[in-house]
Amino acid sequence: MTEDMVIEAKGLTKTYGTATAVDHISFSVGRGEIFGLLGPNGAGKTTTILMLLGLTDISAGEVRVLGFDPAREPLSVKRRVGYLPDTVGFYDQLTAADNLRYTARLIGFKKNEREKRIADALDRVGLAEFGDKRVGTFSRGMRQRLGLAEILMKGAQIAILDEPTSGLDPHATSELLGIIRGFKAEGVSVLLSSHLLERVQSVCDRVALFSGGHIALMGTVAELGREVLGGGYVVDIEADGAGLAERLALIPGVSGVERTGIGKLRLHADRDVRPEAAVEVVAMQGRLKYLGVQEPSLDAIYTRYFESRPDEEMAMKEGTRHAA
Amino acid sequence: MQREGSAFAGLGVVTLKELSDHLTSIRMRVLEWLVVLVALAALYGAIQQIKETTAEDPFLFLRLFTTSREPLPSFVSFISFLVPLMAIGLGFDAVNSEYNRRTLSRILSQPIYRDALLFGKFLAGLMTLAISLITLWLLVVGLGLLLIGIPPGAEEIGRSFLFLLVTIIYAGVWLALALLFSIVFRSAATAALVTLGLWLFITFIWPVLAGAVAQIIAPPDPRYIALGLPTPATTLAEQFLARLSPSTLFAETVVALLDPTTRSLGPIYLSQLQGAVLGAPLPIGESMLIAWPQTVGMVASAILLFVVGYVIFQRQEVRA
Repeated sequence: MTEDMVIEAKGLTKTYGTATAVDHISFSVGRGEIFGLLGPNGAGKTTTILMLLGLTDISAGEVRVLGFDPAREPLSVKRRVGYLPDTVGFYDQLTAADNLRYTARLIGFKKNEREKRIADALDRVGLAEFGDKRVGTFSRGMRQRLGLAEILMKGAQIAILDEPTSGLDPHATSELLGIIRGFKAEGVSVLLSSHLLERVQSVCDRVALFSGGHIALMGTVAELGREVLGGGYVVDIEADGAGLAERLALIPGVSGVERTGIGKLRLHADRDVRPEAAVEVVAMQGRLKYLGVQEPSLDAIYTRYFESRPDEEMAMKEGTRHAA
Repeated sequence: MQREGSAFAGLGVVTLKELSDHLTSIRMRVLEWLVVLVALAALYGAIQQIKETTAEDPFLFLRLFTTSREPLPSFVSFISFLVPLMAIGLGFDAVNSEYNRRTLSRILSQPIYRDALLFGKFLAGLMTLAISLITLWLLVVGLGLLLIGIPPGAEEIGRSFLFLLVTIIYAGVWLALALLFSIVFRSAATAALVTLGLWLFITFIWPVLAGAVAQIIAPPDPRYIALGLPTPATTLAEQFLARLSPSTLFAETVVALLDPTTRSLGPIYLSQLQGAVLGAPLPIGESMLIAWPQTVGMVASAILLFVVGYVIFQRQEVRA
């Protein structure tokens, strides 16, 4: 077992009767890393998380969380791992601080430490002045933040977040992602699951794309981009000028030019050809309105990956239907 | 496979939290007022009746609990009717509300086992019921003292205290049943309806049905019919069936405890009555012996129901 791996899963499998929810997945999360489990609903992300926490039985395979076996030592795991469930719930009739107090008592913090930790955690997520308000009055974003406060209060070494941004407005989402980045800054490892690919792309160090209980792809977003989309770069140009397309096609490294609209061209190249393209446009005395290179996006990777494997996508959709 | 740590880590925390939830809930307030008003009505009826009829009774104080005056039933009947309702009212949404509020997976991701959560909920419910019943008991004893004006003897207090204990056990049976259905059914409304339906069946329909089923199992002997006597086998079968219901067990226990002249809860043969002084009261220890099997039966059914619920809860998936 590697020293700085906080989660290591090997051949992790979960079956319900004859249906297989998670099928022999292996992955590891390093200390201080933000690892994303991405994929459609019903792909097995939540089941994987519950197995990591010892909240559901493991059918086959092996998993170590901070060196502990969640099936045999669930209390040790749960003492060190914070969990924010999908659509987290709180006791509506209690105040935010009382909800945290209950959790703190369950963890076993002494009174003085408890109050200090609660105040600190509420402050960190920006809920300090709402501590004595009933959770029943909270918006969804505030509840999610209170869930993160609980993890902060716990002093967890790993934060497991299940769909933390689903159903949040853009503002609340970016606030939440900011808090998640804060976890990383403190050396807390984060495992987060999401079906919103582009949102989590910005915070994840590495991602695993789930489909139908398998991990289809794993690595950094850039790595996946190269693997799935090919090594090519896509450069978009908006400019006018007669014969521009022909001139641009002559730039070394450009493999193709396609017309995407009036005065809009798309170059496929094996390197970033923006400087040369700009020179060409200016040399032809054309007016350059837009020049940009497409970053590999998870959405594109995902779509492309399943385009090339229609069978798997079918299987994935089947899986989703069963789960729903 | 041995689990690490204690299964009861966090039990005290869960119990206290649930207890405070119960005691501050509106539901509890309503149930308490219902019980108090009903008890007052029954007590009033009993006292009127006692003042009119009983001149000399060595156990006058116990009559407070058992005497009724039309159209009101006695205090004991009220209790046997209301205690299940209170227990069901406290327990029917114990577990499924955690699912529906989506708090279950968050709580279970803290370093506790499910055992502590379930047992804590049961204990808190039982403590709430015990608090209400003790209050009610003190209320009745105190009011009875004021209104009758005769202080109860030690044995009467002892017997009525045993009655209180048995009532708490009886409440535990219904609480365990309500808890079981709150685990089985995800919808609180379904759980409440099914529990109430079962309560109706067990309390009102089963005693009637037991007689009919007994006739099928052990048909009455024509020779006994000719003599105008009940067939022993049929009576025994009927009693066996009726005792499957905790309501029957409770009623029998209460009769044995609150009426010192009760000598047997089953059919009795003439040979067994030889040398008996009919109508003479039994000492409290003897009455306890008569009620013992029924009491143990109630404790056992509470444990059984809890264990069934426990096993189902352990196997349930936590995701909503």
